[in-house]
Amino acid sequence: MTNEINSRLQDILEDAGQSLNNAGSLEALNEIRVRVLGKKGRLTEVLKSMKDVAPEERPAFGQLVNDARKAIETRLDEIRAELERKLLEEKLAQEVIDVTLPGKKINTGHKHPNTIALEELERIFIGMGYEVVSGPEIEYDLYNFEKLNIPADHPAKDEQDTFYINKEIVLRTQTSPCQARVMEKGKLPIRMISPGRVFRSDEVDATHSPSFHQIEGLVVDKHITFADLKGTLEEFAKELFGEDTKTKFRPHHFPFTEPSAEMDVSCFKCHGKGCRFCKGEGWIEILGCGMVHPHVFEMCGIDPEEYQGFAFGVGLERIALLKYEIDDMRLLYENDIRFLETF
Amino acid sequence: MNTSYSWIKYYVPGLEANAQEYMDKMTLSGTKVEGYTKLDADLDKIVVGRIVKIDTHPDADKLVVCQVDVGAETVQIVTGAPNAFEGALVPVVLDGGRVAGGHDGSKTAGGIEIKAGKLRGVESYGMMCSIEELGSTKDFYPEAPENGLYIFEDNGKVKPGDDAIEALGLHNTVFEYEITSNRVDCYSVLGIAREAAATFGKDFVPPEVRETGNDESTSDYISVRIDDPDLCPRFCARVVKNVKIAPSPKWMQRCLSASGIRPINNLVDITNFVMEEYGQPMHAYDLDTISGRQIIVRRARDGEKFTTLDGQERELDSEMLMICDGEKPVGLAGIMGGENSMITDNVHTMLFEAANFNGTNIRLSSKRVGLRTEASGKFEKGLDPENAKAAIDRACQLIEDLGAGEVVGGIVDVYPEAKKEERVALDPAKINEILGTDVSKEQMLEYFKPLELEYDEQTNEIIVPSFRQDIHCTADLAEEVARFYGYDNIGATLPSGEATTGKKPFDLIVQDTAREVAEYCGFSQSMCYSFESPKVYDKLLIPEDDELRRAIEILNPLGEDFSIMRTTSLNGMLTSLGTNYSHRNKNVHLYELGNVYIPKELPLKELPDERMQLTLGFYGEEDFFTMKGVVEELFSKLGMKERAVYSSENRRPYLHPGRQADIFYKDVFVGYLGEVHPMVASSYGIGGRAYIAVLDMPSIVPFATYDRKYEGIAKYPAVNRDLSMVVRKEITAASIEDMIRQRGGKTLESVSLFDVYEGDQIAEGFKSMAYSIVFRSKERTLTDEDISKSMKKILNGLESMGIKLRE
Repeated sequence: MTNEINSRLQDILEDAGQSLNNAGSLEALNEIRVRVLGKKGRLTEVLKSMKDVAPEERPAFGQLVNDARKAIETRLDEIRAELERKLLEEKLAQEVIDVTLPGKKINTGHKHPNTIALEELERIFIGMGYEVVSGPEIEYDLYNFEKLNIPADHPAKDEQDTFYINKEIVLRTQTSPCQARVMEKGKLPIRMISPGRVFRSDEVDATHSPSFHQIEGLVVDKHITFADLKGTLEEFAKELFGEDTKTKFRPHHFPFTEPSAEMDVSCFKCHGKGCRFCKGEGWIEILGCGMVHPHVFEMCGIDPEEYQGFAFGVGLERIALLKYEIDDMRLLYENDIRFLETF
Repeated sequence: MNTSYSWIKYYVPGLEANAQEYMDKMTLSGTKVEGYTKLDADLDKIVVGRIVKIDTHPDADKLVVCQVDVGAETVQIVTGAPNAFEGALVPVVLDGGRVAGGHDGSKTAGGIEIKAGKLRGVESYGMMCSIEELGSTKDFYPEAPENGLYIFEDNGKVKPGDDAIEALGLHNTVFEYEITSNRVDCYSVLGIAREAAATFGKDFVPPEVRETGNDESTSDYISVRIDDPDLCPRFCARVVKNVKIAPSPKWMQRCLSASGIRPINNLVDITNFVMEEYGQPMHAYDLDTISGRQIIVRRARDGEKFTTLDGQERELDSEMLMICDGEKPVGLAGIMGGENSMITDNVHTMLFEAANFNGTNIRLSSKRVGLRTEASGKFEKGLDPENAKAAIDRACQLIEDLGAGEVVGGIVDVYPEAKKEERVALDPAKINEILGTDVSKEQMLEYFKPLELEYDEQTNEIIVPSFRQDIHCTADLAEEVARFYGYDNIGATLPSGEATTGKKPFDLIVQDTAREVAEYCGFSQSMCYSFESPKVYDKLLIPEDDELRRAIEILNPLGEDFSIMRTTSLNGMLTSLGTNYSHRNKNVHLYELGNVYIPKELPLKELPDERMQLTLGFYGEEDFFTMKGVVEELFSKLGMKERAVYSSENRRPYLHPGRQADIFYKDVFVGYLGEVHPMVASSYGIGGRAYIAVLDMPSIVPFATYDRKYEGIAKYPAVNRDLSMVVRKEITAASIEDMIRQRGGKTLESVSLFDVYEGDQIAEGFKSMAYSIVFRSKERTLTDEDISKSMKKILNGLESMGIKLRE
């Protein structure tokens, strides 16, 4: 009995082993599995004959059949894994692509160069604890001029420089009126920047525009000094133009600051050697600044004996034109997509 | 203002600085030098030579062969100059030297090198020069001939071998200054020289002005009356008789030439010289033309006519100041004298005026009359009245010294209200506090001394000299200290004190989100002007009575195209799209964030409402629903979860009548979108369809939120049902969706349209629509029964709208 079973099992194992070795596809494997291990498979047939076996031999018989089944299953799995691996390899081999073909175009929009410059400045000053404040573009003469210590007969108020709506209302010529508006609110200390659009009566050409953008900065506290002004703006210049940027402060005059200065930075194109951007000077004029004039403090209700402050104004277009080597200001307002896509 | 180095050096004899050094130091101490020109930059090896012998050229009629004594030797030079003569002293450029340009006045950058060579076969060892070849013109060297060599005056002052550049005063550098409006005193050579002396620590030596004049008295010749002292605070008059017009001396001519002023004759030159030196314009009248020997300074009468000395008749108004004699106007104050009283070559007795006028009035008058002169340019800055007498006395001294006439003694000086002395308390501690420095009081006083800021020890005050009209308070003194302590030497610190938080207001953050969404969606940022032409309303087909036409007008615009403040952002966007279309750019997507200006009332009494608009526009391959998708994406990114309502009830004339919608969020109008009306698109030069959306940011900001809450990912499965239906064309998608949502119950998760179709197999006037409806419960897995119930309700609802399911 055992011998007979043994030889039957041996036969099945040999047959299965051979078929498996020859199987070339997953379908063939499946066929073999059905033929040997399926409900009507040969091994299942053997198992069914268990009822003819003496009860005391049944455990051994079962063991033998199970071992055979396991052996076949193990082999089946091995062969399948091998086959699958080969199939995948073939598939991958067929899927080779030309990686040098161009990428698919993702159409995202582009920022205006002014905005890139603005975001850079905002990032720097917000990092230093400044609050961003905005103010009206159509402004009272009172804020645009009078409270900034620019008296009624000042040449800056001439119609050739300022757009008037009426005697009291103008298109603001600078972002400085935001200084007066913030100071007037009286919440001290102040550290603010105020970016925005300003207007001057200049005809449109390569270097002029009747409308452009400025960023005003103002710091007011009890012990703010000219040295603080220098330190802050040096820091700003390094952040904006690079760590090795040098600054130079030259005396200047603005009605709303005293002392006043203009700040030059070492040319970031030639690093001070002199090139066409700095007109061979090695320095580029970037901004105007100074200590808030005591009259301005007084007119805004702040005691100049107790408080001091500094203010500065940067032209956004100036920074954008310089940084991105834009040679014609009109490009900024023409909105040709080929220009905008540069940024 | 342009002034030569040598002129400054007259008053600062110790000054020794090269041009770059001078420019840098002056700029850093507050007198900004814009640039400089070295007059001898292109001149080299040029000496004085004497022509000792002239022979004809063997092969050329127009050339002569000269033997020229150049000091150390005699060289042979061939020239074609018509004015060469034996004995003439001329500038000679030697072999290897350089001249600035050709004799026609053309200049060559870097100069032209002159080499020995043959001219028509005859050796020539250099070149004799005209004034043009030396880089100047007859305008500035009036003694030079019209055509030919410059000939030196043979007066023993120059001899062969001398440096000819020196002899012509061309070893000089002209500096160009940018003087700030507060430093009126620096619009003069003396003012700059004072600053230069202080900057370089050298002595300032202004001209010594002595008393001039004969025994007579000026007041016997002229009387002066000021009727309008508000416009003329001071009027000084002096008289010169037996005037002798002649050329002015070379030194004076050289000074003027270097400043770009043409020498004319002694009288004019003295006036110009003193105007440069003191910054005080003066005017000379022929006293014999002044009737009544009387000067009256008064406002003109409206419409009064007057002929200025340039021969132009000008119409005046009552805000212009006139200088009149007993009968008639003789000068337009501070701007130009009259033809009727001008100095001619026959002048015998001259009246000299040095007055002080109100700067603003001169500026405005000069603009109204359309005449800006050297004098008005100075007066409009607001001059120091104290300077007027000093200048006229200096001029009279020069007249005596140069023998230009006999100065009458005394002066008529009408100065109704003398300028008050200004004093500022000295507070060194506050000055240091402003600057962040530690400068001693003594050091400060050292800085002040050369600036003539005197210290009154008794009162601890600084006495401000009258020419410094810019110093009124401690901050002004702080600037003086800073300038001479050196802006460079002040430290660089960061503000101490209470820390502040850097932040941005919410509306600006919302704008940033809008920019991000627009850019992610493929729109690039444009920028447009805030002002435009009133004609844009016609272009946009906006009716005559529309509110949008109520725009703020600019009083003094750059032209009609920039004359009103925009009330809509459409024109900017459509213009930009049109520009791109004409440049053949394909598929252009732009957005703009900019204000429109809505007046509360016209004419404007208070500031208008400035409303930030997000304007999106494109032309190209996409359609209305792309634009709507961008708007929906923006709302979603702004946390606006409610469904916005798109209403097609409004009819905006600039949009396609059947393809436009006003957008409402929670019943608030927040903007609109649509296809641009083809007529409008075509008037902006856009071929094909264009789409725009305009969102009113102030209406959106209150709804925007960045609060988000994680509500858990659903645990139970969703059940999907698709509904395909035939619907009458006029039924909107929104009304179907509303019905489904209303009937779907609380397990309804989402409704989305996935197909709309009209055409074959669908009856005329109907459309086929297919929705995907998703149900899900948060508590359990939904059963078929649950779904059927909900679906039945939905179907009933749709049926009530006359909608049939498709088989």
